[in-house]
Amino acid sequence: MASDILVDVKDLCFRRGERVIFDGVDVQIRKGQVTAIMGPSGTGKTTLLRLIGGQLRPDRGTITVLGHDVHRLGRDALFRLRRRMGMLFQSGALFTHLSVFDNVAFPLREHTDLPEPLIHDLVLMKLQAVGLRGARDLMPSELSGGMARRVALARAVALDPTIMMYDEPFAGQDPISMGVLVSLIRRLNDALGLSSVVVSHDVVETAQIADRIYVLSEGRVVESGSPGDLGRSDSAWVRQFMQALPDGPVPFHYPGPSLEEDLLGARR
Amino acid sequence: MTGLLALLGRKTLDSFSRLGRGTLFLLRAMAGLPSLLPRPGLVIQQLYSIGVLSLLIIVVSGIFVGMVLALQGYNTLVNFGAEQSLGVLVALSLLRELGPVVTALLFAGRAGSALTAEIGLMKTTEQLSGMEMMAVDPIKRVVAPRLLAGFLAMPLLAVIFSFLGIMGAYVVSVATLGVDDGAFWSQMQSAVDFREDVMNGVIKSLVFGFVASWIAVFEGYDAEPTSEGVSRATTRTVVHTSLAVLGLDFVLTAVMFG
Repeated sequence: MASDILVDVKDLCFRRGERVIFDGVDVQIRKGQVTAIMGPSGTGKTTLLRLIGGQLRPDRGTITVLGHDVHRLGRDALFRLRRRMGMLFQSGALFTHLSVFDNVAFPLREHTDLPEPLIHDLVLMKLQAVGLRGARDLMPSELSGGMARRVALARAVALDPTIMMYDEPFAGQDPISMGVLVSLIRRLNDALGLSSVVVSHDVVETAQIADRIYVLSEGRVVESGSPGDLGRSDSAWVRQFMQALPDGPVPFHYPGPSLEEDLLGARR
Repeated sequence: MTGLLALLGRKTLDSFSRLGRGTLFLLRAMAGLPSLLPRPGLVIQQLYSIGVLSLLIIVVSGIFVGMVLALQGYNTLVNFGAEQSLGVLVALSLLRELGPVVTALLFAGRAGSALTAEIGLMKTTEQLSGMEMMAVDPIKRVVAPRLLAGFLAMPLLAVIFSFLGIMGAYVVSVATLGVDDGAFWSQMQSAVDFREDVMNGVIKSLVFGFVASWIAVFEGYDAEPTSEGVSRATTRTVVHTSLAVLGLDFVLTAVMFG
C-alpha cells in the first residue's frame, strides 16, 4: 500500500518564533481519497498546507510529495512539482485585475503553449464543472464569496493536478454555497481522479466527504481515522471537537488570572 | 543608556538586514528580466500604468515649474540687464537638475506608491502565494516587468517634463515679460551642450528610475500582509525614494559637474 501514499509527512516539527506549531506530526495522504485535516483555529492547519507546498520549511522531519522530498528540491524542481499540485486558498486569491475567464486561463497560458482557441475551450470546460461558465466575463469584485471560491477551484484544477489542497473551503459560506462546495470537492475528486487534502474546522461538512480525518491539537495528531471511527472515539477532546461542545478539554476561557483576582485585585 | 545602545544596535541590524534582503531581491528580479523578452506585452502594460498614467501630473508640473522659473529668473536677471539669457537659465536648470529630480519625486508619489500598494495588496490577498503555488514565480511575473517599466519610463517622463518646462518658460518670457524670441532660443542653443547637459540629465533620470522602481517593488513585496503594513510600506516608498533621489542627485552632480 506504500505506493498509494502521495503525501507522506513524517515527524514534522515547525515553530514560529517561540511558539511550537507542530511537534512530531505524521500524516499520510492516500491516492484517490479525500483526507481532512481538522482542528480548532490556530492549530496550524493552513501552515501544514504551506509546508506540503514547499512555501515554508520545517525545523525537523520530512515531507515527501509524489516521491520527492519537498524541502530538498531546488527552485525549478519545486516549481515542476507544484504544477502537479492545486491549491484553493481560503481567500480564493483570484487576480483582481483579471476577469473570471482570464483567471482560469492564467495557469494554462503560463505553463503551456496551447493555442488560444483550445485554451478558450478548456477554460469553459473547467468553468462548466463549477457551474460558472456564464460568469466568464465578470470581474472578481462582481462575484459573491462562494462564486469566487468556485472560480478559484476551476483555476486550481486547470492544469489537471494530481493532488488538490483546500484551505478552509467552507469558511464564511452561506448554506447553499457550502452545499455546492461540499459536493464539488467530492465530485471533482472522483471524476478527475484527484487526491484531496481538505483543511477545515467545519465538522459536519468535512465529515460528509472525507475518507479519512486527522484531528490536530497543540502541535500533534490527537486522533485519525474514518469519520465513523472519530464519531466513536473515546477521547474527550475528539468528542468535544466533533460534537462542537463549548466546554471540555479545550476550555471556554482563554488562560489568565482568575476572575476574583481580576475583579478584586489591584486595577492594572 | 544600555537600552538606548541596544535600540540603536537593533535598528542598525534591521537596516542592514533590509538592505541585504533588498539587494538579493533586486538580483532575483534582474535575473528575471530575460524571461520578459518573449513577452513584451507584460512590460508594455506596465509602461502604460506607470508612464502614461503619470503623464498628467508630469505635464502640468513641467509647464508650471518652467513658468515659475522664468518669472523668478527674470526678476533677478533684469537687475543685471541679462534678461535675454533667461532661456539659458531655464534650460540648464531644467535639463541638469529640476527635470530629473522633480520628475523622480513626482514619480515616487504617483507611480512608486501605486506600485508598492498594488504588490503589497497582492501579497495581502494571497495572490502572490497563489501564483507561487501555480508554479509561477511572482518575482519574474509581477516584479520584473514593473522594475523594467519604471526604469524605462523615468527618463522619458523627465524629458517630457524638461521640454514642457522650457515651453512654459518660453511663453511667459516672450509673451508676457518681453524677452526677445530669437535671443531666448539662440542663447540656449549656444550655451546648452548635448552631451554635458542633456545626456547627463538623462543619465541622472535613469539612475533615479532604477532606484525609485527598486524601492517601490521591494517595499511592496516586503510589506507586512495587513492593511497597516501596506500603508506603512507605501509611506516608506515615498520617503525613501525622495531621500535617495536627493542624496544621489548630490553625488551625481558632484561627479558630473563638480
